[in-house]
Amino acid sequence: MDLKLPDIDYAALAPILVLFGASLVGVLVEAFIPRKRRHLTQLVLGLLALTGALVAVVLNAQDRVVTAGGAVAVDGPTLFLQGAIVVLAGMALMLIGERSVQRGGAFVAHAAVTVGSPEDQRQAADEGGATEVYPLTLFAVSGMLLFVAANDLLTMFIALEAFSLPLYLLCALARRRRLLSQESALKYFLLGSYASAFFLFGMALVYGFTVGAGGTGSGGGVDFGTIRTAVTDSAASEVLLFAGLALLSIGLLFKIAAAPFHVWTPDVYQGAPTPITGFMAACTKVAAFGGLLRVLHVAFSGASWDFTPVLGAIAVLTMLVGAILAVTQTDIKRLLAYSSVANAGYLLVGALVLSKDGLSSTMFYLVAYGFTVLAAFGVVTLVRDADGEATHLSRWAGLGRRSPLYAGLFTFLLLAFAGIPLTSGFTSKFAVFGAALDAGQSWLVIAGVLTSMILAFPYLRVVVMMWLSEPGESTPTVSLPGGLTAAALMIGVVATLVLGVAPAPLLDLANGAAEFVR
Amino acid sequence: MSDFPFLSVLTVAPLVGALVVVFLPASRGELAKRIALGWSLAVLVLSVFMWIAFEAGGDRLQLRESYSWIPRWGVNFTFAADGIALVMLMLIALLVPLVILASWHDAEKSKRSVPVYFALLLFLECTMIGVFAAADVFLFYVFFEVMLVPMYFLIGSYGGHQRQYAAVKFFLYSLVGGLFMLAAVIGLWVVGGKTFDWQALTQIDISTGTERWLFLGFFLAFAIKAPFFPFHTWLPDAGGAAPAGAAALLVGVLDKVGTFGILRYCLPLFPEASKWFAPYAIALALIGIIYAALLAVGQNDLKRLVSYTSIAHFGFIGIGLFAFTTQAGTGAVLYMVNHGLATGLLFLVVGMLVARRGSALITDFGGAGKLVPLLAGVLFFAGLASLALPGTAPFISEFLVLIGTYTVNKPVAIIATAGIILAAAYVLWMVQRTTQGTLNPALSGVEAMRKDLSVREKVVVAPLIALLLLLGFYPKPVTDVINPAVQATMEQDLGKQDPAPTVGTVQEAHR
Repeated sequence: MDLKLPDIDYAALAPILVLFGASLVGVLVEAFIPRKRRHLTQLVLGLLALTGALVAVVLNAQDRVVTAGGAVAVDGPTLFLQGAIVVLAGMALMLIGERSVQRGGAFVAHAAVTVGSPEDQRQAADEGGATEVYPLTLFAVSGMLLFVAANDLLTMFIALEAFSLPLYLLCALARRRRLLSQESALKYFLLGSYASAFFLFGMALVYGFTVGAGGTGSGGGVDFGTIRTAVTDSAASEVLLFAGLALLSIGLLFKIAAAPFHVWTPDVYQGAPTPITGFMAACTKVAAFGGLLRVLHVAFSGASWDFTPVLGAIAVLTMLVGAILAVTQTDIKRLLAYSSVANAGYLLVGALVLSKDGLSSTMFYLVAYGFTVLAAFGVVTLVRDADGEATHLSRWAGLGRRSPLYAGLFTFLLLAFAGIPLTSGFTSKFAVFGAALDAGQSWLVIAGVLTSMILAFPYLRVVVMMWLSEPGESTPTVSLPGGLTAAALMIGVVATLVLGVAPAPLLDLANGAAEFVR
Repeated sequence: MSDFPFLSVLTVAPLVGALVVVFLPASRGELAKRIALGWSLAVLVLSVFMWIAFEAGGDRLQLRESYSWIPRWGVNFTFAADGIALVMLMLIALLVPLVILASWHDAEKSKRSVPVYFALLLFLECTMIGVFAAADVFLFYVFFEVMLVPMYFLIGSYGGHQRQYAAVKFFLYSLVGGLFMLAAVIGLWVVGGKTFDWQALTQIDISTGTERWLFLGFFLAFAIKAPFFPFHTWLPDAGGAAPAGAAALLVGVLDKVGTFGILRYCLPLFPEASKWFAPYAIALALIGIIYAALLAVGQNDLKRLVSYTSIAHFGFIGIGLFAFTTQAGTGAVLYMVNHGLATGLLFLVVGMLVARRGSALITDFGGAGKLVPLLAGVLFFAGLASLALPGTAPFISEFLVLIGTYTVNKPVAIIATAGIILAAAYVLWMVQRTTQGTLNPALSGVEAMRKDLSVREKVVVAPLIALLLLLGFYPKPVTDVINPAVQATMEQDLGKQDPAPTVGTVQEAHR
């Protein structure tokens, strides 16, 4: 058999390669740079790499190519989402690199030390956090960039694993409440493995379907072009197709935290170190939706009449579960976790509209939500007492008196989550609902509006806690943020405001990018 | 003169003022008050010029300005005012400085930042002006929702008893209505061909079913805002808990957004659906008049009582809007203005009483007129204006609503008249129990109850009393502005002709 090497457009892959290379350098830094200097080196390296990747994305802005033997598609949505992931990851990296809020940062020094042992107490007291988090984060980001660009299911699977495995590890590295953190990592890992297995199995079934559809001789494939042709043209039995698509969707819906595959979300969001929680809530969501959009729009659009009702039902369920369970939460991180579940539902509403409007509005929503949620978790890292972050809602009572600035910023972010106009939360909801209504999906819009009403209550409860309740004995103070957290927080808040007041430039950008190469 | 961008300047100016005031340190409360008062007076002066620039018999929408905002969605900053919006803008510009003056010492009592209180009032003024001045449905929605935020904090941070509960209830009720409207706004945008321009949207054809759903989305939001029975339960709580000044704005202006919205959006955009739903809306309004009046009679809390009277008055406005005659419609709009003046005055006076006594319960008063005769007199006048005594402005509007309704629907007009009798009952009984009769011994022990109206308070009530009397005898300047706008709504948008006058022949009268 004659094997030919595929052509590779290295320039188009540059953002991925830059980050991948930087994370490898990061591993070398761990080996060769003295411990004291690692933190700064890694942080600078990470931010430089992300800047480099962003520059590469911007330089590629006009690219519309399929490269690496059809495995990677660099097109409008890819570049838009890659840019979004890189920017959001930059914000997350600032939160991760913060060390002045808490001595040694948010991460444990040696994750393998037994919890509660004398050694553990020693390292909790005065050892700087593990600097391995930086290369791990960069690995995850490069995996995400590949994930949104993957043009066949195998590449997609590899990218999925590439960004999931570092995340599992990162979840386990909290400095405080280590058992909770380790539990969350284990939970995420086990459920994530199941989801990957579903994805893999689904891929096999879809491959079987394309083989059957292509007739004898032509063979099948898992690249989106082949699947697309098979779905549109095939007269073969669709059992394999639907079974395969269902299993693939389970894998993807797990990552975007859609009900009923969301059960890991609150525990992992609560247990993971807060900067990592923010990173997951923003970047993982963008990446996972990027993958889902490509799968639905490119590979399976021919079957949209069949999957829209099912995924629509899942979207409604997701919104309902997220909104109703958010009402009962007493922990701010869990509350934000359920809110992120509900937002996954709103995003699904947009993702199910297989038009240019649907695509651009979903991408706009992803960016807007990412900025807001990262800033929100940034505030959570600041509200703390002697035992670390004070995440129980009752502890936030009267925070508005103690630190009006941060309570005010958080209130603004909550209003954005609730979709009040002049915030990005409103414009993005409007974009998604408008696209869905235009496509005739009024039932999804009505469900979205109804759940927004429910969801307003938990947000409002936090606002009431902060401003209208009297500060109690146990009200924690807000730590003065270091420059990094302050910068990330300001970027998030300003983006939330700007995208709410003047969304036109980003809308145009998203609209210009909203076309897949096929 | 009329080229001056009045509406956008009027909207932005209070916002700038709010930003100036909010960044003052908490210790500079006195300065914040002065700046806020000066700023709101400047807005008042500007709006007087706007009134002069507005031509009463001219185009329906005047002072139009339009700036591009989000081209992809067809959203523009479009401002324009018809006569209805114009009188409401004047009402806002007049009430805000009075409210600021009346709340001079309110913020200190709450132990919270004084500048923030006045900044919130100015921010509220910005959103209120914006909501009446917008001629772009998206822009209207933005102001409609953002308006909740300052009012929420005014009630929640500076209110009285049960303020948290009241603030959250207010916010959630309004937000629920607003989200229904959001769905309808998006729906209207889709069927209207992706435009938000009010004038363009009045021209489109909508299928009957869609039109009814869209109408319901808007109507629900406005019915909650107004509020109409059975969506009214938030108002007594909010009105009872809000500081008196904020309550005066809440009932005097904010709730009018509901009735204004019906007149500006529901009727012109969905004329067929409006006609179809009119009997139901009138039924709700009638129930509201009687039910709220009965509850008002039974109230022991002064601020809640005034809130209930407002719900009853909104019933009259509702009847006037859905009777579809120019007379009733003009009466309804005039009612919106007069009610703003009368109930605004009533809330402010009640606030002065409550501030002196430290309690809003009627049973804590009794014979207060012996201690503060002037204040009691103003309360009596405000009560009389509120029950629409002839000679005060609300009488004319109530009368117009009733005769305008009588020409097309006699039973409704007759049932509504019962509300007038109940109004006399609740107002007079309230005045009697608080200021008349034997002096409550507990009352004379309160030092503050011995101080009658101060100069500041006199300045607050005097313009309102003067306007109530003036418009009671000579409403022409206001009706001249309102009438063409209402007529355009009824005739052009709804296609309703007023019934010919039935005076003249005996046969006609017997029909």
